[in-house]
Amino acid sequence: MKFGILVNEGPYQHQSSDSAYQFTKAALEKGHEIFRVFFYHDGVNNASRLMVPPQDDRNIVNRWTELGKKYNLDLVVCIAAAQRRGMLDENEAKRQGKDASNIAEGFHISGLGQLIEAGIKSERLVVFGD
Amino acid sequence: MEDEVIKKFLYVNRKAPYGTIYALESLEVVLIGAAFDQDVSLAFIDDGVYQLKKDQKTSVDSGAGMKNFSKTYLALGDYDVNKIYVDKASLDERGLTADDLMELVYEDEDDDYKEKSSISIVNQEEIAQLMEQQDVVLSF
Repeated sequence: MKFGILVNEGPYQHQSSDSAYQFTKAALEKGHEIFRVFFYHDGVNNASRLMVPPQDDRNIVNRWTELGKKYNLDLVVCIAAAQRRGMLDENEAKRQGKDASNIAEGFHISGLGQLIEAGIKSERLVVFGD
Repeated sequence: MEDEVIKKFLYVNRKAPYGTIYALESLEVVLIGAAFDQDVSLAFIDDGVYQLKKDQKTSVDSGAGMKNFSKTYLALGDYDVNKIYVDKASLDERGLTADDLMELVYEDEDDDYKEKSSISIVNQEEIAQLMEQQDVVLSF
């Protein structure tokens, strides 16, 4: 089965951020295909490479980056949702005249059309939200 | 051929318009999605029915001090988004009726461009059937 994944909630704040990861990982391990993981609303914060969780806790962003690398995942952060929350990649930081960027390795910023496309191209779009 | 696939998309709006950003960002998805020529419906349930409330006042003096985006819903008809379902029980629970909602309309090109209402007030069984018919359900 080909899945699209939508992550609508922020890391550490809401379980749906964890559930989205666990579901994606489990689906891949069972041999399913993940067309794309799209991060929206506060979900964009899952892509911050500047998060520093306590040592004995899970590292949500690293976990996505590693899973992304292992399975060559398309991890897409919504640009509109990201910008208003201060999530920028290097290009956007430069373009907006900001002095830092914070998008982690393996993620990239793109538009909402990528979410609609995930709905069209996937057999199931699974929404993780509140 | 693959590019010509038309899927049924339903956006389920469940939250009040200004308490959280879900309503505004849901509307942004709907507007972008409209460019993909899919078969789009919107459902408004629970506090989501407030998104369509007439006369929203959001200035600092009279409200939350946020941008009033309610007029954007009025433009949905021009984007061919004209199947808007509002849950009657959610209206009833909040003391609202269809008259409290904005008049969302579209021009029916199959009927001499007559202006028609986009809004249908439906019961929960009909909402369930609507969800059953969809390919993609986005819940915000």
